[in-house]
Amino acid sequence: MEKVGIVGVGQTTYERSKEAPVDELVFEAASKALKDAGGDMGHIDNIITVSNDFWDGRTISSMAIQDAAGSWGKDISTVEGDGTFGTFYGMMRILSGSFDTTLVVSHMKGSEGIMNLITNAMFDPIYQRSLGIDATSSAALQARLYMKMSGATEEDFARVSVKNHKNAKNNPLAQLAMDITVADVLKSKKIAEPLKLLDCSPISDGAAAVVLANEKGAKRFKNSPVWVKGVAHCSDAYSLGYRDLSRAPALAEASGRAFKMAGIKNPLKDLDVAEVYDAYSYMEPMWYEGMGLAKEGGGKDLIRSGATEMGGELPVNPSGGVLSAHPVLVAGMARLIEAVLQVRGEAEKRQVKGAKTALAHGINGPCGQAHCVFIVGS
Amino acid sequence: MTEQKQEKELLAISSGDAAQPFRWSVGKHGSKFLAELRDNKKLFGVKCPKCGRVYVPPRMVCGRCWAQMDEFVPVKDTGEIVVCTIVQFSFVDPNTGIQRPVPYGYAFVKLDGADTAIPHFLDSTDPDKVKVGARVKAVFEEKRTGSLMDIKHFAVL
Ligand SMILES: [Zn+2]
Repeated sequence: MEKVGIVGVGQTTYERSKEAPVDELVFEAASKALKDAGGDMGHIDNIITVSNDFWDGRTISSMAIQDAAGSWGKDISTVEGDGTFGTFYGMMRILSGSFDTTLVVSHMKGSEGIMNLITNAMFDPIYQRSLGIDATSSAALQARLYMKMSGATEEDFARVSVKNHKNAKNNPLAQLAMDITVADVLKSKKIAEPLKLLDCSPISDGAAAVVLANEKGAKRFKNSPVWVKGVAHCSDAYSLGYRDLSRAPALAEASGRAFKMAGIKNPLKDLDVAEVYDAYSYMEPMWYEGMGLAKEGGGKDLIRSGATEMGGELPVNPSGGVLSAHPVLVAGMARLIEAVLQVRGEAEKRQVKGAKTALAHGINGPCGQAHCVFIVGS
Repeated sequence: MTEQKQEKELLAISSGDAAQPFRWSVGKHGSKFLAELRDNKKLFGVKCPKCGRVYVPPRMVCGRCWAQMDEFVPVKDTGEIVVCTIVQFSFVDPNTGIQRPVPYGYAFVKLDGADTAIPHFLDSTDPDKVKVGARVKAVFEEKRTGSLMDIKHFAVL
């Protein structure tokens, strides 16, 4: 396969409520990514935007931010899903042979709509919505089943929250950087059992962008690319009632294919750092198992061992993860950007020493219906 | 010709009165535009530093040049109809629930000093007056709240 790399990355800060409208957030992120790449909009062959109509409150929401994304006179297309899936599509457009470079932008203003109404609306209107089911209450169901299957406890989930909020203190873009204890998480407000407030990611605003290029396109930019070594995505059933919610077979499939492409045999050993989509604390150990970092039911042991803390065998979410800022649709791209910065050695105070190979993970749909896994390396 | 009998009963689920409220931020540029309209009945655009086009209402990015625009310039409350129509079907404004009386005219109006056009209602449904190129002038509401509807309509001159 032709090589595709990430040659520039850009992000806004992530905040509960940002003053700028969506187009300005997109312009900021895209400008930063091009500056980081050492190029300008003239070097971009085509653009992918990532947006969702319910969150933006507009029909065909992608149209509203295309000027700000630099689409004038260019080929542009859209993904409605996580930014990792948008990046995957951006890569495919290069691999199609039609383009040498792609700019991918994603944005979210969680502050402008009503989050639980919007996530309730992702469920089936005929049989499920009237429960009031939303992202958080469905996550509680999954957390409950995962605890029963794996033996993981609420304390284990609290450890994830403590670790990631602490890591966020080294990330100037994060929204919730905090020193908290396991006890703080356990006694935080009950949201939907077994989840408490500090097990849940916040509502966030922000935008991110990446510049992708093949070897020919990369020559247009001053910066050197971090190469995509492996990538895959896979989806499970839409209805929660059709799935085994305690396991993540779609993640096992996606990560397995990405590892094979990247030549990774033992991910716990071969990866230097991982950024995973911890929308809720319990997801992190569950995703460990899905990715084969731990055996089934072994996610709790990995978090208890400290192996995924900074300085451990495989630091997970040095950025603070999604628990520390959750701009939906942007959040997976933010994971990918952190992976790129780690491989470049530019992650400042949160740098994992000598990181050469990094994993980034994004999800779509309730309880991780679909997973996208990137392996990037120098 | 007769009504064909349905063999099966096909059911549907209604959304009822479900609503999805939003609160869209307008940013610094939109805030300046709407505040000047509300407080001073003044209209402002923003000028692109590269191509010199004046955008009304103001936005931060000139898509054509992919350049940031920060220079506010005043524009007149008079202008010209760029395109118009007289609508014969009713429409309920989703933000206010107010239904327009039918028929009503609306147009895209290029204000004097602007390079882009804004949409608004016209005071006339006379097809002899409502024409491309006709001169118009903004009529402001007495009570203004900080929205484009602080202009009541454009009077066709
Ligand atoms: Zn311009």
